[in-house]
Amino acid sequence: MAQVTLRQLVKKYDETPAVRGIDLDIPDKEFVVLVGPSGCGKTTTLRMIAGLEDITGGDVLIGGNVVNDVPPKDRDIAMVFQNYALYPHMSVYENMSFGLRLKKVPKEEIARRVENAAQILDIGKLLDRKPKQLSGGQRQRVAMGRAIVRDPKVFLFDEPLSNLDAKLRVQMRTEIKKVHQKVRTTTVYVTHDQVEAMTLADRVVVMNGGLIEQVGAPNDLYHSPATKFVAGFIGSPAMNFLPCRLEEAAGGLRVRLTETLGFPVPQERSARYRPHLGKARLLFGLRPEHIIEQRAHLEPGQHPFEVELEVTEPMGMETLVYFMLDGTEVCGRVNPNAGARDGGRMKLVADLSNMHLIDDESGKVL
Amino acid sequence: MAAVAETGSPRAAVKAGSMRNDRRRALVWSYVFLFLFVIFFLTPPIYMFITSLKSSAEVGAVTNPWWVYHPTLENYISLLTSPQYLTFFRNSAVVSLVVVVITMIISTLAAFSLARMKFWGSTTLATGVFLTYLIPETLLFIPLFKIFAFVHDTFGISLINHWWVLIIIYPTLTVPFATWIMIGYFASIPKELDEAALIDGAGYFQMLTKIFIPVALPGIIAAMIFAFTVSWADFLYPMAFTTSADQMVLPAGIVTTLIKGDVFNWGQIMGASLLGALPPLLIYAFLMDYYIAGLTAGATKG
Repeated sequence: MAQVTLRQLVKKYDETPAVRGIDLDIPDKEFVVLVGPSGCGKTTTLRMIAGLEDITGGDVLIGGNVVNDVPPKDRDIAMVFQNYALYPHMSVYENMSFGLRLKKVPKEEIARRVENAAQILDIGKLLDRKPKQLSGGQRQRVAMGRAIVRDPKVFLFDEPLSNLDAKLRVQMRTEIKKVHQKVRTTTVYVTHDQVEAMTLADRVVVMNGGLIEQVGAPNDLYHSPATKFVAGFIGSPAMNFLPCRLEEAAGGLRVRLTETLGFPVPQERSARYRPHLGKARLLFGLRPEHIIEQRAHLEPGQHPFEVELEVTEPMGMETLVYFMLDGTEVCGRVNPNAGARDGGRMKLVADLSNMHLIDDESGKVL
Repeated sequence: MAAVAETGSPRAAVKAGSMRNDRRRALVWSYVFLFLFVIFFLTPPIYMFITSLKSSAEVGAVTNPWWVYHPTLENYISLLTSPQYLTFFRNSAVVSLVVVVITMIISTLAAFSLARMKFWGSTTLATGVFLTYLIPETLLFIPLFKIFAFVHDTFGISLINHWWVLIIIYPTLTVPFATWIMIGYFASIPKELDEAALIDGAGYFQMLTKIFIPVALPGIIAAMIFAFTVSWADFLYPMAFTTSADQMVLPAGIVTTLIKGDVFNWGQIMGASLLGALPPLLIYAFLMDYYIAGLTAGATKG
């Protein structure tokens, strides 16, 4: 039983701040993913939880106890590293049991725990091998096995899938999720891959510039981002951002993108957006999947427009189309049979019920 | 060189098989130079071997120096039955083995702390360790003499003319370089390995004994071979610090006891030197692969 709490956590390297005062509560058994671009402080935060990095300010609590000055081995954590960090001269069994042997756990108990972990990870046949005789995916499993046998309060994962090829990464992602469902240990997972974050996490913590941008369930972050950064970071291809103006129109508000193109704002958002009428530096945000080909019937909130496509990217199940609006590139996702081709004209619809309005000055989603 | 120059020539129309010709030419030249090298370096020991099979009379006689007309093992027999020569051998063996042990203990601990436990001045210290290796022993033996004299005057302990004094002196030659080899080797071990060990509950000492030493074994063996070779073959210090025959190690002993005034007992000198060269030779032969892996590991491991 262990919750992890960060209180005003700060890390400075000399005078350069890497983490600038973050607060986070991770309840027992939760799977939390820290995600963000490189240099955002996510790995530093994880290493501070592990005790591998001194804390400049604030507190780290594990299971309600402040562990700022507790050495890593006494924090009852286990960590999985990006490059596996398996001991090259030890067999898989020895690698997994190393921590327990140091703790002088009885031999039978060690054997039982290693076998149990090996079964969970399906590596029972590899126990006598050396790490160099294993494939990348197998090494990653062993690294996870080494963490599981210790039965820690908290699992820490530092970009564990970055060294694997794309196919294996997807497979191991599922594997990690299954393992968490079986062992149910509080987990903090660091990645720069937002897909990994979305698929694995109970809650995602988006970090940027040493601060937390937003914390929330994957779908909440996706559909209701709090800031422009989160809106742009979560989702692939990224959300389209277009400079816009809000203006009064017959029967409500209008968001004007170019001299000739404007869309009516859905009624239910008018009240929320009205205070920003006439404000400079507003951005209109719309995800590519909300710009699709025009069909026979318009759904509520959909508004047609016609563009000249620059590039099309057939992905199989969909085709990505790129076009310019007033000098800004915009991406849409259309049906592969909709007839999109490079340089061709196409009738598209924008689904305004999923639009976002962003104050570009503060970076906040309005 | 010729092969390289030929390969580099801009012949636009490359004929089929020219790669193979280039390779063959390169190989021929490699063998030529290898052959010259082998002759150059094997001639002295072969000459020693031939001489060691001759009697003193034959060495002195005007005959073909490269041929043995009356081969005899008398030089070897008298050496191996001479208590004096066996004493040199024993002294050498004890000194070298103890020096290897002392060197490895000091330099493993030093290299581990310099490579991994970042502390104030550790980088400067690491460079300093290497710089001390660059000071030749010819510059050091007089100051060492002065220090020994001081120790004698102050504490009444005589350090001159004891074989075991070499055990104190040799590490000044072996520790810096051995430390340097191992700093490079330890530094090439990924940092995550120590962090994983830290989380697994290992202290620094366990990290060293259970992770670093086994992983860096090739480097450690290279350092051991180096320490052994240096202490086995050093000539200047035993000549300077030991004087009586029973306190001498091989290199000094051979020269002082087998050359009497202007009488050179060539056959025995050669035989004794060859026998003395055997232990390092055997060690190299068995551990050569490790030695090379150790010397080059720091450079190639990512």
